[in-house]
Amino acid sequence: MLWRYTKTAAFYLLVAVIVLVSVFPFYYAILTSFKSGTALFEINYLPHHFSLDNYVSVLTTGVFVRNLGNSILVATSVVVLALFLAVTAAFALARVSFRGRGLLLMTILAVSMFPQIAVLAGLFELVRGFGLFNTPFALIFSYTIFTLPFTVWVLTTFMRDLPMEIEEAAIVDGASPWVIITKVFMPLMWPALVTTGLLAFIAAWNEFLFALTFTSSNETRTVPVAIALLSGASQYEIPWGRIMAASVIVTVPLVGLVLIFQRKIVQGLTAGGVKG
Amino acid sequence: MSAGLKLKQVKKAYGSVQVLHGIDLDIKSGEFVVFVGPSGCGKSTLLRLIAGLEDITEGTLEIGDTVVNTLPPSKRGIAMVFQSYALYPHMTVYENMAFGLKLAKAAPGEQDRRVREAAEMLQITPYLDRLPKQLSGGQRQRVAIGRAIVRDPKVFLFDEPLSNLDAALRVATRLEIAKLHERMSDTTMIYVTHDQVEAMTLADRIVVLNYGVVEQVGTPMELYHRPDNLFVARFIGSPAMNIVSATITGTGAPATVQPETGSPVTINAEVAASYLDAKATFGVRPEDLTPTDGPGLFTGTVSIVEKLGEVTLVYLDTGLAEPITVKIDGDVEIAKGETLTVTAPTERLHLFDENGVAFPRVSLSRAAE
Ligand SMILES: Nc1ncnc2c1ncn2[C@@H]1O[C@H](COP(=O)(O)OP(=O)(O)OP(=O)(O)O)[C@@H](O)[C@H]1O
Ligand SMILES: [Mg+2]
Repeated sequence: MLWRYTKTAAFYLLVAVIVLVSVFPFYYAILTSFKSGTALFEINYLPHHFSLDNYVSVLTTGVFVRNLGNSILVATSVVVLALFLAVTAAFALARVSFRGRGLLLMTILAVSMFPQIAVLAGLFELVRGFGLFNTPFALIFSYTIFTLPFTVWVLTTFMRDLPMEIEEAAIVDGASPWVIITKVFMPLMWPALVTTGLLAFIAAWNEFLFALTFTSSNETRTVPVAIALLSGASQYEIPWGRIMAASVIVTVPLVGLVLIFQRKIVQGLTAGGVKG
Repeated sequence: MSAGLKLKQVKKAYGSVQVLHGIDLDIKSGEFVVFVGPSGCGKSTLLRLIAGLEDITEGTLEIGDTVVNTLPPSKRGIAMVFQSYALYPHMTVYENMAFGLKLAKAAPGEQDRRVREAAEMLQITPYLDRLPKQLSGGQRQRVAIGRAIVRDPKVFLFDEPLSNLDAALRVATRLEIAKLHERMSDTTMIYVTHDQVEAMTLADRIVVLNYGVVEQVGTPMELYHRPDNLFVARFIGSPAMNIVSATITGTGAPATVQPETGSPVTINAEVAASYLDAKATFGVRPEDLTPTDGPGLFTGTVSIVEKLGEVTLVYLDTGLAEPITVKIDGDVEIAKGETLTVTAPTERLHLFDENGVAFPRVSLSRAAE
């Protein structure tokens, strides 16, 4: 009896620690973002001050709104482009047999293991060569390259498990490969598409190194870089309040997306799979 | 709209593995043809070649006088019912059935009329708005058949459509398919199964396949009464035909053979003189054997008795390599250890040469001349 209570207690204690560790930084950021002036440097764990000054200042001075727009544009384009390419590639890799298919799959997996920094210089040359430097396309291009291997791999695995006979039924019904992909497979792959799309979005939204390297002006930056480069009134002042306000602003959409789609993912997974 | 099929030396190989070795087949318009054979003999492969889901390696396939070797499935005028139903899980029954018409850009009114007509025919109208996962196995299979009917095919292809259903439902759906064939009398139907009863009851003609070769094509009764070879003789009929090795002792028509034990047997077969003293086998079906008091074909001890109700299966130890199976009336009392003599009418014996090929049969009247 006692042992069971201890076990339960230990379990919830562990959960509490995990929640605390993962949520506390964000909570503290929110707290800080509502403080102003010298209150910033007081340490307290419960809300004492409430002022929207930091938010107003972030959104009205400088080009933060523009940066936010860039981030949305880049991340959305990456998701759309990567999913389109990955779904079509996955169809070929999963359902069309051709010479060297296995090798190609392994290569794709291997490519996804390169660290960003290793290809930074080469990618920079490419971006310059294509004349994409300091445009959103530089980021869309490089993020898509980095997202694709994972996306293709996941979707290929998923598509391979879809029943062959459903595809054949569609062929007999006169469906072209494009119709099979869009009308038959995509609706069945909804959970996989949401998951991979969400991960691609988050990765693009948070990416820092490429964003810093491939853009040079304030107007073309995405938010992670913009936040890092926020500066105070003087060189010696770090505007913590505004940084925190900006961080909260960019985190909220992500949390929202995950909450919306999480329900969809769970729905998709519990709908009984794909059984003819 | 109707069409026959002509297969000329159709071959299929996967890489270096030859699966079909030159199939010649003529299927008449409106005929119900069943492919049977043991697992792995190539029934599904042959059906998929006809459907266009696999490429033909060699030979030609004609549907209604047009060579269709390179035509995609949707242009061949076929419809296919799959073993696993293969319904689109995310579409309602209605959408499942209308999908092909929609892709063919049929007028919406026409689509609706055809879907409802097929649904009415199969009694699935109440389920039109449901998803496949909300249907029972039998209902799903009917939807799959409905989806095929809606396409108004010239040739209807079935690949073991009943094998996922339980026994009672299988019988019901089998009758359903038989009725369907009656109603769509000018639609050619090709049906793959390894269930003999389905084959015997549904088929106008049965094609028996073995290792990618056609063993025999004929009506169910032809296959049952006049198997061309040992394989067909053993494959058709349940329980399987009794096969006994023997030596040919009398040629001409009828012929005489001497089994390893027992007395000589006269068979209504025409055997050329050159076969004298050759090895042969003769066969007799369990249901053709009847107990007798006088001299008979086989005498032996009853080793196993299986009572199935209406009939009883008796296994006789006669000193031959295999026990002889006898199917007798279920009311007859018989016990293990008894001695039993059984006999069969001469015209119900089948004689095969050393290679398993049947000797030509002679009719009773001619044999008497
Ligand atoms: N894609 C393939 N690659 C290689 N061999 C194959 C392929 N498909 C089928 N075969 C082989 O072809 C032969 C015939 O297969 P098929 O599916 O036609 O058999 P079947 O008569 O339908 O058997 P069953 O009654 O078990 O369904 C089998 O020996 C199988 O191993
Ligand atoms: Mg098969």
